[in-house]
Amino acid sequence: MTIKTTGTTRRGALKTLAGGAAAATSLPFWARYAQAQTSEPIRIGFQMHRTGIGAAYGRWYGRTTEAATRLINEAGGINGRPVEIVIEDDGTDPKRGAEVVEKFATQLKCDIGYGTLFSHVVAGSAPRAGELKLPYFIVSEGHQLASGGLNRYTIQPGITDVKSQVQAMAPFVAANLGKKVTMIYPDYAFGHDHRDFFSEAIAAQGGEVVAKLAIPPTETSFTKYFPKIPRETEVIYHVMVGPAVLTFVKELGEFFGPSRPEMFGFIDSLEAVDIASPGLEFLEGSYFWEGMPRYAQPDQTSFDKFYREQVGVDANGASVADPKDVSTYAHMFACWETLYVIKAGMEAAGYQSFKDRPALIEAVEAMTDMAQSNEHPQGPKRFNGKTHQVFGQQYISQVTDGKLLVKHTTSLEDGFYPDETDYTKMPF
Amino acid sequence: MDFGPYLMLASLEGAVMAAVLALTAVGLSLVFGVMRVVNVAHGEFFMLGAVLAWWIASHVGGPPALGFVAALILAPLAVGALAALADITILRRVDYDPERTIVATIGILYILQQVTLMTYGPEARPVEPPFNSRLALPWLEWGDTGLQMYWPWGLSTTSYKLFVIVAAVVVLLGVWALMSRTRIGLLMRATQLDRDMALAFGIPVERVYATVFGLGGALAALGAVLIVPIQQAHYLMGGDPLLLSFIVVIIGGLGSLPGTVVAAILIGLSDGIISVFFSPMLAKIFATLLVALVLVFRPQGLFGVKPR
Repeated sequence: MTIKTTGTTRRGALKTLAGGAAAATSLPFWARYAQAQTSEPIRIGFQMHRTGIGAAYGRWYGRTTEAATRLINEAGGINGRPVEIVIEDDGTDPKRGAEVVEKFATQLKCDIGYGTLFSHVVAGSAPRAGELKLPYFIVSEGHQLASGGLNRYTIQPGITDVKSQVQAMAPFVAANLGKKVTMIYPDYAFGHDHRDFFSEAIAAQGGEVVAKLAIPPTETSFTKYFPKIPRETEVIYHVMVGPAVLTFVKELGEFFGPSRPEMFGFIDSLEAVDIASPGLEFLEGSYFWEGMPRYAQPDQTSFDKFYREQVGVDANGASVADPKDVSTYAHMFACWETLYVIKAGMEAAGYQSFKDRPALIEAVEAMTDMAQSNEHPQGPKRFNGKTHQVFGQQYISQVTDGKLLVKHTTSLEDGFYPDETDYTKMPF
Repeated sequence: MDFGPYLMLASLEGAVMAAVLALTAVGLSLVFGVMRVVNVAHGEFFMLGAVLAWWIASHVGGPPALGFVAALILAPLAVGALAALADITILRRVDYDPERTIVATIGILYILQQVTLMTYGPEARPVEPPFNSRLALPWLEWGDTGLQMYWPWGLSTTSYKLFVIVAAVVVLLGVWALMSRTRIGLLMRATQLDRDMALAFGIPVERVYATVFGLGGALAALGAVLIVPIQQAHYLMGGDPLLLSFIVVIIGGLGSLPGTVVAAILIGLSDGIISVFFSPMLAKIFATLLVALVLVFRPQGLFGVKPR
């Protein structure tokens, strides 16, 4: 019985594959048909981390995308056409990510790909997007794009890259917290960006990194890593991702007990986690980087208020429907802003069909300053068309009475660095 | 950190891991010993235990201890019942044929994992420990005035971690007593020795099988309920315990309870100590190497009995 079942399954799988291949080869014909009708929706392929280690981000990237798309459609869509989001789960897996991009380009007739966060998935997917000539808007923070490692079809217009973030943060750390830093970071591209660029940036401030602790992103128990923290450490710099971030921070607290050094963390270590969780009391007084302040600040802008309402987030950064469902507030604004950049780009390029894809890229490359607005609620930004990377301001917040209070906002200029590549010279 | 306190911290971490591993692996070993079934879905029973613990703890109001105790009792019972049901409805139908049970349990693995993903979701969720105070540990060193006690930075454990170790020892003693002192234990051992002869003597072998499979699942779930206040419940958390349980069971000897416990302590402590002093990756390499060596030089495992 079992053997029979296995046979059927395999045959079924082959059939599906054959069907998929047939569909893929016949696609150019009916794809052209579809594009002839301009009232057809613009299809944005949303590569979503619905499962795997990025799932918490995926859920909120999904909600933010949904809210922004709803608003864009209510305001008449893009070039008179409605926007349709086509969601595919990539399991936060690079190999699956490349397949998803391929599916967007060949099977699902998507105009563009969008929405990837985890940098190893970007590294796996972006080359395929370049080969298939699919404009690919990432929301990832990784520096690999701005370093020239990817291609002309990949663009990051919504969120600042790690190199710029840490360069803007380092002076604050060195001046206020200490100069001997131990870094704890996840052991993949994103963490390596932190390691390399923060080491550089703190050295420029006269500080030094005394130890570097790389932790696999799938790790579930952390105490065993902490004895490697040298006694001389003045500041712990921590950034962690994955399903076990709460365990990570809790065990860090248990390790140090009442005599902890100063701490500077990227909020990634606590994204989607309630700061008032039991065991996190030791964080009181410690500092965090935030891409956008999770708690509504006393000087909250009307843009932040509008954005919170539309996505369904309360003043504490949690879901309006469930106060225990904490958002990934420091990152997900970038989905919202990226979608508005896509809208502006498509309108500037007069985007109609697949043949206008290069024009869309050129239109985005021509962008520079973006003012703080309902479209850009996180703050003003400057886009660099040569490196395909946007630069924005960063927030440093202190845990005060169990909430994050912004202490310092960096300027755009703090995060600028010399161009490392020029994608506009790369042929389409 | 100095070598002494460092080693002590590593051993403590290793002991917690060994405790949970022993519970999980004993379940796997029991199932293999009695039923000759390689249960690939064992890690998912572990995961289900953790997820149910979260569900129960979050639905029982009152102090955290109440929810935890409820989870400690109910989650293993529920998982055990589910495992027994899986035995009756699936494994019995494929006649416990070795190859087909492997395929069937792989199927169970995916069903449990995906159903959890569809219902519970992809998030990692914490269960609050019933008590959890940090215990700083002192260390001795020779100073100017002779032996001195001091409190090294980071040398600490929590009361809950110590509880996990004690609880695991108690449960393992319970399993041992069950196997050697009770009637059902006698039936299990008889079935393990010779299934056909046991059947001839009127032992309800099928019922024994369902009980053993349920017990195996319940032990995995119990290990998970104990660990979930330290780690968090997540739908993919069954992978590591499955791999480590197999490593432990192969080293200890499939079907041997004392061997399983010894191997769990060996693997747990070596993992704790190697990953603290060198790297967690090296600890995994060491464990896998140990399996290879055992398979080459002593295929029946350290405590296993050569097949007759």
